[in-house]
Amino acid sequence: MTDKLNRNNIEQRAARTRERAGWMRQRLLGMIVAAGQGHPGGDLSATDILASLYFDVLRIDPAMPDAPDRDRFVMSKGHCTGALYSALAGRGFFPEAELDTYLKPGSRLNGHPNRTYLPGVETNTGPLGHGFPVAVGIAIAGQIDRTDYRTFVLTGDGELQEGSMWEAAMLAGHRRLGRLTVIVDRNRLQQGARTEDTNALEPLADKWRAFGWQVAEVDGHDHAALLQALDAAAAPRDVPLCIIAHTFKGHGVSYMRDQAGWHHGVPNAEQYAAALAELEAEAGR
Amino acid sequence: MSGAAPAQGMFDCRDAYVAALEELAADDPRIVAVVNDSVGSSKLGRFRDRFPDRLINVGIAEQNMVGVGAGLANGGKVPFVSGAACFLTARAMEQIKVDCAYSQANVKLCGISSGVAYGELGATHHSIEDVAWLRAIDRLTVIVPADPWQTAAAIRAAAAHDGPVYLRLSRMPVPQLARTDATFRIGVAETLREGGDLAIVATGTLVHRALAAAESLAAEGIGARVINMATVSPIDVAALAEAAATGAIVTAEEGLAHGGLGGAVAEWCARHAPTRMRMLGFPGFLPTGSADWLMEQHGLTATGIAAAAREVLQAKPG
Repeated sequence: MTDKLNRNNIEQRAARTRERAGWMRQRLLGMIVAAGQGHPGGDLSATDILASLYFDVLRIDPAMPDAPDRDRFVMSKGHCTGALYSALAGRGFFPEAELDTYLKPGSRLNGHPNRTYLPGVETNTGPLGHGFPVAVGIAIAGQIDRTDYRTFVLTGDGELQEGSMWEAAMLAGHRRLGRLTVIVDRNRLQQGARTEDTNALEPLADKWRAFGWQVAEVDGHDHAALLQALDAAAAPRDVPLCIIAHTFKGHGVSYMRDQAGWHHGVPNAEQYAAALAELEAEAGR
Repeated sequence: MSGAAPAQGMFDCRDAYVAALEELAADDPRIVAVVNDSVGSSKLGRFRDRFPDRLINVGIAEQNMVGVGAGLANGGKVPFVSGAACFLTARAMEQIKVDCAYSQANVKLCGISSGVAYGELGATHHSIEDVAWLRAIDRLTVIVPADPWQTAAAIRAAAAHDGPVYLRLSRMPVPQLARTDATFRIGVAETLREGGDLAIVATGTLVHRALAAAESLAAEGIGARVINMATVSPIDVAALAEAAATGAIVTAEEGLAHGGLGGAVAEWCARHAPTRMRMLGFPGFLPTGSADWLMEQHGLTATGIAAAAREVLQAKPG
């Protein structure tokens, strides 16, 4: 009976984050089309992860973005701002209408997030290999103070080719940062090619385990699975957690799915209409 | 170089640094130290013993060290991130730019054994480019203290300042300077000696040498104003205006002759008050040799500064 209730509850929560993810996908594609540039492939692979975090998991209050006991989320793959900004606006950190200023001159919605003028951003990212070490530092501060907040960080998989990522992974494992969770957006594509054809990451789970982490692997587009993996009860207490989220670049728009060519790129009017139709059909299912 | 105790009346400013840091840490639980296996070279052994939870040794990993520093600041700490200046700055430059300066994280970066302190170890371990590099980064305060008192004062000021700071610290022995006004404010230079014929603008280990040069110039009837420009960025433009008013400037620093303090002074003068200048510093990669020998070879002595002063006075119009 309890199991059934929990399952119902997680399905209800998953339905909510799935609905929000659908909204984010429509919104971010509109932003990219209006701006004439963006990173739709990586935005769409990360959307379900961000929706799970911002609309369910993170204990944050948009009215108090600097509250000392807030959960932290660091967007280490800082180029995927279409997904990040739509999540932040959807969660209420700034007005949704401001999304229409994406990449426009003087907008707070820069191509890469900036904490000095956009509430909800923890640290400026963009160059790869930066957000994760900062997240480790946040988790160390929490460890020293024995605080309750959790620190989450989303990295790209190609980003794991940066040396600083493994410096940070090693330290987090050594210090047994139990309140730190890294989510790897494992879409298997980097800017120009497959990760495994460029500088192979596999066996990726074994690498994290060797660095002292607990590893969970989930379907990064399955909202119930994401919520279960991100749940505090599922996190180990005395070692950091790595969630390898198996995703597809461009997920949600069939012609973009798993295509390196949509790392950058802007749909034309016809493609945009087709993408919206597909997303609306999905939302109606 | 390392190991030998400073001669009598001379001080290793690392001692003032750690004493000030321990004092601050005793009063303020937010103060933490972050090191790259540099507990010994940063002289932080006693800090570690007193505050074991607040000494974070990330191992030999400078990029991570600076990123972790920014994260600690996000978590409400005031981190003093200490490592050999050569590695801290060059290895982690993008982290300094993005995680600290661009993000305006409240991180204090402490470059230990800067300049040519590691003399014989060669150009890999010299940190002569750091001031030129870091003063190019927007919204990053750069401080080069000149003596033990100013080192301690700069550490306290950096802790009280909300924002990223680079403190360029030295292990090369220097005397304690005499001063009448014992206040230190970020961005405010101190005029240690008045003089109307020329101005010597110096930082760090060159300040006491500049004072000695001014002394010998005075015996020749030349009045040299001596300005200790401890904050290189943002630079004190009022002090520069006074220096330019003499009509001749010599800059002296334990770093590159271009791009650092000399470059900063020259840029301001070119825009606002074109002035005859000589810029003393190193031309580039240096051969092996002790720190003292390297300084002598490039005129970074009282004699060398006085000679540059005579030269620039001869070139002074009128």
